[in-house]
Amino acid sequence: MLSFALIILASLFFSGLIVRTKSICAGRKGPGIFQPLKDVRRLFKKGTVYSTSTTFVFRIAPLIYAASVLMACACIPFGGKPGLIHFEGDFVFFAYVLSLGKFFCIIAALDATSSFEGMGASREALYSMLAEPAFFLIMGSISLISGHTSFVDIFANLNSYGDAFHIGATIVMAVILLIIAMVESSRLPIDDPKTHLELTMIHEVMILDNSGFDLGLILSTGYMKFAMYGALIANLFLAGPLAMSIGIFFLVQAVCAIAIGITESFMARFRMNHNPEFIFSVAAAALVLVFSIMQFS
Amino acid sequence: MKILTLYNNGRSVAFGDIPQTTDYQEFAQYVHEAMANDTYHCVSYFGYPNADALQLIMCLANDTNGTIEVSSFALKEKSCPSLKIRAIDRFEREIAENFGIEFEGHQWPKPVRTAPDDYPFYRADDEELHEVGVGPIHAGVIEPGHFRFTCEGETILNLEIMLGYQHRGVEKLMLEKPLLSQKAMLAESVAGDSAVSHGIAFATNYEALCDYQIDERAAVERMIACELERIAIHTGDLSAICGDVAYQLGNAVYGRLRTPIINFMQKWCGNRLGKTMVRPFEAPYDLTPELIADLHTTLNAYEKDFTQMSNKIKRCPSVLSRLERTGTVTREQAVEIGAIGMASRASGLLRDIRSTHPYLKYEGQVKPVVKKHGDVYSRTQVRIEEVYESLALIRKLVDNLPVAQVSHTDEPQLQANRFALSLVEGWRGEICHCAITDNSGKLALYKIKDPSFHNWDALELAVRNNEISDFPICNKSFNLSYCGHDL
Repeated sequence: MLSFALIILASLFFSGLIVRTKSICAGRKGPGIFQPLKDVRRLFKKGTVYSTSTTFVFRIAPLIYAASVLMACACIPFGGKPGLIHFEGDFVFFAYVLSLGKFFCIIAALDATSSFEGMGASREALYSMLAEPAFFLIMGSISLISGHTSFVDIFANLNSYGDAFHIGATIVMAVILLIIAMVESSRLPIDDPKTHLELTMIHEVMILDNSGFDLGLILSTGYMKFAMYGALIANLFLAGPLAMSIGIFFLVQAVCAIAIGITESFMARFRMNHNPEFIFSVAAAALVLVFSIMQFS
Repeated sequence: MKILTLYNNGRSVAFGDIPQTTDYQEFAQYVHEAMANDTYHCVSYFGYPNADALQLIMCLANDTNGTIEVSSFALKEKSCPSLKIRAIDRFEREIAENFGIEFEGHQWPKPVRTAPDDYPFYRADDEELHEVGVGPIHAGVIEPGHFRFTCEGETILNLEIMLGYQHRGVEKLMLEKPLLSQKAMLAESVAGDSAVSHGIAFATNYEALCDYQIDERAAVERMIACELERIAIHTGDLSAICGDVAYQLGNAVYGRLRTPIINFMQKWCGNRLGKTMVRPFEAPYDLTPELIADLHTTLNAYEKDFTQMSNKIKRCPSVLSRLERTGTVTREQAVEIGAIGMASRASGLLRDIRSTHPYLKYEGQVKPVVKKHGDVYSRTQVRIEEVYESLALIRKLVDNLPVAQVSHTDEPQLQANRFALSLVEGWRGEICHCAITDNSGKLALYKIKDPSFHNWDALELAVRNNEISDFPICNKSFNLSYCGHDL
């Protein structure tokens, strides 16, 4: 329960912090940290317009997407305290409940029968498919280290602050998880959330037809997804009494957001055909990690 | 084949001096011979209804000796064979559209400026291929135009561009509007980002028809305005190129750098885009010593930041990997389609009116920037280096401003039966204005050609075999004008 509440809390400022970091790096004043929230509030008040070519799939997809991410958030523990949902092998559930949400996003995009959205859907499907092995390799390596297969046991028995090897491995895991979060949340260098050019978009182009409440739901779910990955990373570092843990949690979330903001300020996005190579190389790094853990621990 | 040789010197000739042939074979042979290699390029080819025939006037520029050769063919029927030269195709399409002439054997007989609902798009029916139609309304603040891609997965096999949504009838309005100020304003509105260049082309043309020469100071001030426009638009384009590859730093820094330049234009003439800057017979806004001091300060501050940012781009691998080998137009392709201006120079083809056909006081002042590869990065580099070239030129010019002569009091009048052609190198490339006056000394024809007219073809070629997600960056690297094409 605690982690679920904290994730919701963190999702309130995560996106705003990225935008703020980017605007400071660009020498702009930029919007306030809660601007994304205000946008969502405005969207929630608006009516929704549906294209006549869409079916019920298009209407239920945003809800299923939001529900899937909420369910995934509920799986995340807080250190040794279990999340709302926990059982042996729950990280597999976590991964595939997220995929379910994404699947509905993709078929909703196809449902809109626009040439742009089909294009975005195929890209999104490809990249999340490629990112999946990286996630499982990371989870595999954490369960190897801890000797457990559910989120809560894994994180309760993870000795991140042990010897140099453990610290190193934890940092590598955190970085890889952060990159997976960037891929899954359609950030640079894979996707450019700021662009207005439909032909280059991945995630944004899939939701071109969504409006009003549905769009607000999709956007706020996106923020939640970010905070969820942030929470997963934070779990690697949680230690000490509760107050300190909560402090570490928010610190890690903020560091992740600022790291993403800085990355986005000082580099260009990849050419589309370099994206698979990049995601594969992340999976490869995860694989190296698994092998070295098998070897040394 | 008789031809009339002109120079780009702001002088008009008697319209009757343009040789006219009735032998199409002879005409076609002359054009084919001239266009056989890259010495000549077609600056304009248009129809003028004269007596009982349609006079097709061909203006070819020789890039080696600075001449412009004018010849014509009197067409009495409603059809004639196409010249089948890629660089002239679009001119023939335009004549066909305006006068209902059928060009037999034309390879691409489609409308240029009407954008009909049943436009005959090139189609490839195959299960493996898909079509993506973009526009005419686009996201962002750009003009309307329809792009039809034929793709195999993410790869573009073919792009066809349908324009004409911006057709306002500028050439017709030019004849109808009675006041000189209205005509000048129209010329500036051909393409809003080339207001100064089109303004100069119009003014030069009009003065030529009136047999009037402006004084040296006014000429130099026009050059300064034109170079400022070049700096401002190139900087804005660099910002947009960075924006399209999501390189925020470049986007922000170049975006900011454009502002002081256009703000200076505002201080000088009251408009940030340089509208009203150029008017025939006069220099409406004097470049005062205070303005010159301001200009020096502005340019010095600009150059410092511009250099820093440009060096950063050259060393940023993520940016380079997006720009290099993207959207390549080879030199052969550039010659074939008759590419001009900045786009041609990025492909290794030296076409710069400022150096090949100097006008105003450009003689010997500019060393054109030429790059070899023809990709997006080459076009970026051409922009960066041309900014330096323009900075140096402006500084040189303002430090040696000639003294103003006393100007005429009464407005000169258009002379009867004259023909004038003026070429101006705007930031995008060569702008061509042609005008003919009738017996009573009124404008009988005004023909405008923006460089976009040729260079849209270059974009179609550039994106082939590129990824569709790279189309925006290719497009931005040319930054062609829709309204300049549609008129």
